[in-house]
Amino acid sequence: MSVLPRGRRGAVAAALLAAGLLTATAACGGGSSDDKAGGPATAKSKGKVTLTFWDWDPNIDKVVAKWNSSHPDIQVKLSNPAGGDQLVAKMITAHEAKNGPDIAKVEYQSLPALVSKGVVADITDYTKDTVTKYDDATLKSTVFQGKVYGVPQDIAPLMFFYRTDLFTKYGLSVPKTWDEFAAEAKTVRSKAPSSYLTNFDAADPGWFTGLAQQAGANWWSTSGDTWKVDIADAPTKKVAGYWQGLVDDGSIAKNPSFSPQWNKQMNDGTLLSWISGAWAPAQLGGIAPATKGKWAVAPLPAWTAGDLTTGIWGGSATTVTTDSQHPEQAAEFASWLNTDDAAVTEQVKQINVYPAATAGRSLPVLQAAPAFFPNQPDFYAEVKKVAPAARSFPMWGPDVTVTFTGYTDGFGKALQSGGSFTGALDGIQSATVADMKKLGFTVG
Amino acid sequence: MARTTTTGRRTGGFPYLLVLPAVLLFAAFVVAPGGYALLLSFQRRKVNGGLLGGGTHTVFAGLANYRDVLGDSDLWSGVLRMLALGAVTVPATVLFALLFAVLLDLERTRLKRFTRLTIFLPYAVPGVIASLMWGFLYLPATSPIGGDQVDFFGQVAVYFSVGNVAVWGAVGFNMIVIYTALRALPAELFESARLDGASERQIVLRIKVPMVMPAVVMCTLFTVLAALQVFNEPNTLKPLSNAVSSTWVPLMKIYDDAFGNSDIYSAAATSVVLTAAALTVSFVTARIVQSRVQQEAA
Repeated sequence: MSVLPRGRRGAVAAALLAAGLLTATAACGGGSSDDKAGGPATAKSKGKVTLTFWDWDPNIDKVVAKWNSSHPDIQVKLSNPAGGDQLVAKMITAHEAKNGPDIAKVEYQSLPALVSKGVVADITDYTKDTVTKYDDATLKSTVFQGKVYGVPQDIAPLMFFYRTDLFTKYGLSVPKTWDEFAAEAKTVRSKAPSSYLTNFDAADPGWFTGLAQQAGANWWSTSGDTWKVDIADAPTKKVAGYWQGLVDDGSIAKNPSFSPQWNKQMNDGTLLSWISGAWAPAQLGGIAPATKGKWAVAPLPAWTAGDLTTGIWGGSATTVTTDSQHPEQAAEFASWLNTDDAAVTEQVKQINVYPAATAGRSLPVLQAAPAFFPNQPDFYAEVKKVAPAARSFPMWGPDVTVTFTGYTDGFGKALQSGGSFTGALDGIQSATVADMKKLGFTVG
Repeated sequence: MARTTTTGRRTGGFPYLLVLPAVLLFAAFVVAPGGYALLLSFQRRKVNGGLLGGGTHTVFAGLANYRDVLGDSDLWSGVLRMLALGAVTVPATVLFALLFAVLLDLERTRLKRFTRLTIFLPYAVPGVIASLMWGFLYLPATSPIGGDQVDFFGQVAVYFSVGNVAVWGAVGFNMIVIYTALRALPAELFESARLDGASERQIVLRIKVPMVMPAVVMCTLFTVLAALQVFNEPNTLKPLSNAVSSTWVPLMKIYDDAFGNSDIYSAAATSVVLTAAALTVSFVTARIVQSRVQQEAA
């Protein structure tokens, strides 16, 4: 699983920061008190080393235990200080205090930002073999200007998850195109006035970027050392306009995902489908425990019938930090974790990842259905079908947090007070460019 | 004053020793971080160059951060929302606290101990937990209080919904402060008022309330300061709806700059501006209110 539910993330952050906000803001330069037990103060390269590893995947400890039992000289000590964006903030703070971990899980969209801040190390020299185990499309997320900054863990094509029982009940068929999707959204409203086909999520930007990617958006692209930022491009405006239509005529719900409200709607069948990453089965167990065996996955509706192109939502890489005294051993672990058949099998079993490594996608473990989808044994076959057609932006921007905050605020405001989605896009574009220029990037 | 000075002279450095722990703590946890924030507010992060920046360095930015902060419409909208919220929370907290304190002080009131504890109890609930709890009460799908009929996160309603959480948590503490002040008033006063034919209502309005005014003023000041620092309630309610943005009130903007966008420098500048404003507001309020109370007392 690659995306931590936003609601939980927010609550945790709020809980942590509840007490002394004013002093925390002032003192956060030295705010990292995370003890790095067994840190890299030991031997230089030979002899026994202990590496620290930050990762928020549930059950990743079982995968790490496998490594530790077979590698007595390179012991990995796991800790889970935070997940997703929160971990990025922690990594930056820890780096300033020069006591970051050796290894950390980083979502693809945050990687350029961490590289630009000098937090994540270039591991090209230690991964010559490893990179041959991935296809080029996957490597684009962790290799920038020929340098390797991380070992891809999973990829998460955006897909269409729907309630098979309710689709049968209301006589719906799985929408193949966005036109069909819009028509069915209206059908749901007429047949079951308290239900919705889905909700528009203004809280999670990763969801919307996936939809924009499917339509062909290129929010960031580069030529040489110059960035091109085009968040309000034509494909994105098309996607925004389409969803604005559905929201305006009341065809879909507009409350944010990963909230208690949404969990209940997902659980009691008020919402009939969820556009989500391939990691959804592991999440659904927590979101809607009463719906086990009632979901199935299908390709995302297409803009032109038959086109399998989709976007991504989440997906992560295992990275080595510039603070590590043992980058070679750290890179060895990162490579093992994501390309060794036994390790990847364990990850699929424990975390339901869809592996990023080419060989990993043909592992026998993928023949079995995820635990929450016992009714769909061909689940991973469906994912495998669309995975090659999943496209991301040419590159994620170095200040993606500003863009993402802009999305949450801009689209949230539009939903709250009836503003336009395309207007929100223009706001995100200018905020993103302003921040990049302020940091000193060349924006063309 | 004079007496304190002579005592100081007689005992040598002993008083200084007594205040030393407080001074040290204040220096370590208020002055030092404050000074550091001031230092940060004049700096700015720049990338080293190339496509991905190749690491960063800090540069002296002069007043540029302050110029950006003061020209940021997000901050000013946040300030306006904070004021709107304060217009709900400050009067509501103080008036309810005063009302409950006066009611508890009446002789006729039964179950005083139990009621007092019940009203005080929300104060012991951490703000984040209170907000989550209220969030569940507000959300249409989980609301037992009519959230499916009323939109608690509507454009105007959201101020009352957020304010309600703050008031719910703060009334108890303020009530205790005012109640304690009421109990400290000499009973003979009320006796003679009664002998002079004053009704209970007159005693409350003409004698009790004016006499606990200093306590009410203190509560108002506390509540104003809390209103300036509002963060927990909106930040916790944020993921529940589209109503609360990440820069909804100034402290949320500071938090988002510092920890969301890793721009500790802008966050520091905003903190300095906000602290200066908060200090000014509280000094001025305290002055005005105090002088009025003194006039009334005299």
